[in-house]
Amino acid sequence: MLLTLLAATGFALLRIRNLFAVVMLAGVYSLLSAGLFTVMDAVDVAFTEAAVGAGISTVLFLGALALCGHHESKPGHTPLLPLFVVCLTGAALVYGTMDMPGFGEASNPVHHHVADHYLEESYGEIGIPNVVTSVLASYRGYDTMGETTVVFAAAVGVMILLVGGARARRARGGGEG
Amino acid sequence: MTLDLLLTHYNYWVVIFLMMVGFYILISRGNLIKKIVGLNVFQTSVFMLYISLGKITEGTPPILVDGYGEADVVYSNPLPHVLILTAIVVGIATTSVGLALAVRIKEAYGTLEEDEITGIEAGIEPAGEAGG
Repeated sequence: MLLTLLAATGFALLRIRNLFAVVMLAGVYSLLSAGLFTVMDAVDVAFTEAAVGAGISTVLFLGALALCGHHESKPGHTPLLPLFVVCLTGAALVYGTMDMPGFGEASNPVHHHVADHYLEESYGEIGIPNVVTSVLASYRGYDTMGETTVVFAAAVGVMILLVGGARARRARGGGEG
Repeated sequence: MTLDLLLTHYNYWVVIFLMMVGFYILISRGNLIKKIVGLNVFQTSVFMLYISLGKITEGTPPILVDGYGEADVVYSNPLPHVLILTAIVVGIATTSVGLALAVRIKEAYGTLEEDEITGIEAGIEPAGEAGG
């Protein structure tokens, strides 16, 4: 099953110390999760994840590695404390799922709030057969606008960081030489 | 009863396992790029949790078959899909900012290991590299 494969990839990510291999595995992980999204009927999410998670983010990571080198040194301190924290959090979360309704049941409360309205009325109100598109662009249009604002802010931030760094380096080189 | 619980909650538990793997990478590894990878793993596991919540057994993707939503078809819940589409894009934005910060830290300190950076901060600033 796909989920088990994902768990194995996650574990390998943890162990491998060569960052180049880690980035490639992260791409594999992303692609696997895209497959999982397809199986769970979220086709739009699957292709976004395959394009953005497995494609763009791998390229970004490789770019960063090219600038920073790809060696990770051994962790200096004992892993016991983080392991304890993680186990505790995980146990709390599993305890939390005990009350959750089972996977895939149509009577789950999530499916009966606004989702019914979207499925029944969106074609009449908006006229697009793909419900995900009409919710994204119309019912939750402000959400999408906020998202583009975030992406814009991030792009500006990255540019300031990288261009500012290059300028500082040039100024330093000019001052010394 | 126990087997039933295992079958209906298997998805959630694997998601929690992946989430904890990401969390562990995040808090136990010193390398900043590895930390960002951990953050990504964590984030993708949250996506999977949401998509699992939206799935209905025997359902189909929420694209209306007859255009009116009146055919006798069960659709999976479209709302989590929309939320996660937004989250994926925001996630890549934060990842890129994180990587840009890592590149700047590498320029300023010459290393990406947390311990060494703390050492440099506590001790002597490397000549000509201070500030940023």
